[in-house]
Amino acid sequence: MSRNKVAMMPMIRLNFARLAALLAAALALSAPAHAESGWGLLNMTKGVTAISRRVYDLHMEIFEICVAIAIVVFGVMIWSIVKFRKSKGAVADTTLVHSTRVEVMWTAIPVVILIVMAVPAARTLVVIEDTTNTQLSIKVTGFQWGWQYDYLDQGVSFISRLDRQSDAARALGSGTDPNTIEHYLLNVDHPLVVPVGTKVRLLLTGADVIHSWWVPDFGVKKDAIPGFVNEAWFNVDTDRPGLYRGQCAELCGRDHGFMPIVVDVRSKEDFAAWVKDELAQKQATAPAAQAPAASTAAAPAPAPAASTATGPGAAAPAAG
Amino acid sequence: MAEHSNAASHADHDHHDHKPHGWRRWVFATNHKDIGTMYLIFACTMFFIGGFMAMLIRLELFKPGMQFFDPQFFNSMTTMHALIMIFGAVMPAWTGLANWMIPMQVGAPDMALPRLNNFSFWILPFAFTLLIGTLFVPGGAPAGGWTMYPPLVLQNGASFPMLIFAVHMMGASSILGAINVVVTIMNMRAPGMTLLRMPLFTWTWLITAYLLIAVMPVLAGAVTMLLTDHFFGTTFFTAAGGGDPVMFQHIFWFFGHPEVYILILPAFGIVSEIIPTFSRKPLFGYEAMVYATASIAFLSFIVWAHHMFTVGMPLAAQLFFMLSTMLIAVPTGVKVFNWTATMWKGSLTFEPPMLFALAFLFLFSIGGFSGLMLGIVPADYQYQDTYFVVAHFHYVLVPGAIFAIMGGVYYWLPKWVGNMYDMTLAKWHFWLSTIFVNVLFFPQHFLGLAGMPRRIPDYAVQFTDWNMVSSIGGFGFGLSQLLFVYVIVKCVWSGKRVETGRVWEGAHGLEWELPTPAPYHSWTEAPSDSIIAKGAAH
Repeated sequence: MSRNKVAMMPMIRLNFARLAALLAAALALSAPAHAESGWGLLNMTKGVTAISRRVYDLHMEIFEICVAIAIVVFGVMIWSIVKFRKSKGAVADTTLVHSTRVEVMWTAIPVVILIVMAVPAARTLVVIEDTTNTQLSIKVTGFQWGWQYDYLDQGVSFISRLDRQSDAARALGSGTDPNTIEHYLLNVDHPLVVPVGTKVRLLLTGADVIHSWWVPDFGVKKDAIPGFVNEAWFNVDTDRPGLYRGQCAELCGRDHGFMPIVVDVRSKEDFAAWVKDELAQKQATAPAAQAPAASTAAAPAPAPAASTATGPGAAAPAAG
Repeated sequence: MAEHSNAASHADHDHHDHKPHGWRRWVFATNHKDIGTMYLIFACTMFFIGGFMAMLIRLELFKPGMQFFDPQFFNSMTTMHALIMIFGAVMPAWTGLANWMIPMQVGAPDMALPRLNNFSFWILPFAFTLLIGTLFVPGGAPAGGWTMYPPLVLQNGASFPMLIFAVHMMGASSILGAINVVVTIMNMRAPGMTLLRMPLFTWTWLITAYLLIAVMPVLAGAVTMLLTDHFFGTTFFTAAGGGDPVMFQHIFWFFGHPEVYILILPAFGIVSEIIPTFSRKPLFGYEAMVYATASIAFLSFIVWAHHMFTVGMPLAAQLFFMLSTMLIAVPTGVKVFNWTATMWKGSLTFEPPMLFALAFLFLFSIGGFSGLMLGIVPADYQYQDTYFVVAHFHYVLVPGAIFAIMGGVYYWLPKWVGNMYDMTLAKWHFWLSTIFVNVLFFPQHFLGLAGMPRRIPDYAVQFTDWNMVSSIGGFGFGLSQLLFVYVIVKCVWSGKRVETGRVWEGAHGLEWELPTPAPYHSWTEAPSDSIIAKGAAH
């Protein structure tokens, strides 16, 4: 009888496994066919900066330590569950209620493990917090619902919002299948443009409520708080120009889910050319484009730039 | 001592199970069991209302694109779901269990302050009527998140003052309930029931009660400042007037982190009762468990800013909060190791309470691991405000706190009503809940790491697959809970009689020395020292 019960357990587990596989298969069939599958999206990005890679390594290190601890602790638990069953005739050893040696051990060992975790974390944090020697400063103002970017030394500034295609498709009952929109909800009309290999400093603030500027590939997430200025920085690898996407990460009202961030990282030359273009355009439309930062919400939205979705290494955007 | 002699003489002329009938029994209730029952029914009702909102959230998130709701309504659902589950479901469930069990466990006839007890319960239906009523006012229900961060929270419409007043009422109810627990434990223990003989559930609740008394006034203060900022021209949280929106976050999380332990410490207590019973072995390291609980409670006051690493704090502050947060892993680890050691060389059986306690052990630990990861500041910059956080706190709250509550109900229900429930159905409830809760929350780790922010009503298409899985898990989990109600109702109505006082073979503690079902007034005469010693069993 007791043998039967023991034998049942793996069988039940097996059935659940089969059930799960079936369920997964059914899901895969019912899911609409779109280009990139989401099943493989399981882990944090390594990103394209030295910091984002350090953060990734740190994340993996802590994760692996946790998995190792879990294997040991869960192993003992499972062993106890399997081995010390009453149905298998296990008799309780009621004297086993205290052991100073064991208790000191399992207090001390975790402390050591924590120190092993804390040291690299603290080191990385010190580097992240070093905002000196930056080469380009951009003021980032989050507002409901979009971002304003002001290049402090170049005199370039613009507003960046969700692109029109996504904006139309995301309306309730739009009838548009999001799978047909390129970079649905992760595309903007006017991306932030920065050069590679440059320590870019962001000065973040909020115009109305708190927002949070997050680009996973840079390992940067920082709150944009009205009335205060926060600092963050990133330095994209010279061999990794391209388009990098993120979103507002702090609940900021109705359209919080619809204020993406796109950063167009270019070679230094392309960036210089872009600045020149922007300034030229600004001159050409000087009277109209004088909308200062104070009236962000009322500022005319720049014309949509269809070229933001064209991929890494794109030439100057067709905005204008 | 006076209490005990009073209680004894009271019992002399008070008839067995004398109680008022009809609605008066409930409205004017002063009996700890009646009030406990009302708390539990209230909590269960809120669990289903909050759960229904979660179903709506998972429905909208089943696939990309806005299918059903306006984003503002979606935000209201996430906000209300959290407020209702935290303040309406989990906290009242704990108070309900405390009401039922603490007098029985410490050898008292009732709670120390029965009328206060009545008041603290009856505040709740009004508080939640007010809160849920916000769904029907202009501007809709609060939509700025349960954390009520300014300036966003100030953009709520007519719901704003209602939200604040509802929070005030919930806080008052919690404080009164906590005072009652402290007074009961400090003054109503039977002679011989020394502090270090108390069962772990009573111990953890004592510590929880102190946490409640310490931090609920802080929350009340924080939301009152919001109220005056909104209506009376103060600028506590407005930079233009010399205030600081981040100060609210500091004050809120100074409440909020101890609150997290308010939700989980009694769960530690219940698990510490259930595992020894079904291992037929006393709890391993009883004193270490008590001290670990106290350490966790102390640490909970100095870790609050780990909820807000991205607000831009000085390096030293971030390092301090990272280290203090990591330190919590030590006492928490001690607890998990002690539970494991309790099972070691035990004689285990797997009745529903034990199943829930075991699921708690594994799944709460997973939540603990992700919590440790979240404490690492540079990594937290990537995790903060993503679904990784959502997965983390749901792992500690659902298979953590809520599984412990369910385990506690399955553990004590036969004692309460004198009937045994349908074991097979209860096991079905367990397995369905455990499988679906993982289908629901495990993929959210992936979503968060892959870059999906929390609190968004719509998402980029690459997140579709895991969101679908999560939603299916959500619907499955939600439906499984109907079975829980059915098992309880069936048990109360037509369960098989339980004759023995000690319902479970390995159960220890004073509650099992009372007859089954537990008499209306628990210990009308203080239990003898030998009974207490037998119950303590460590």
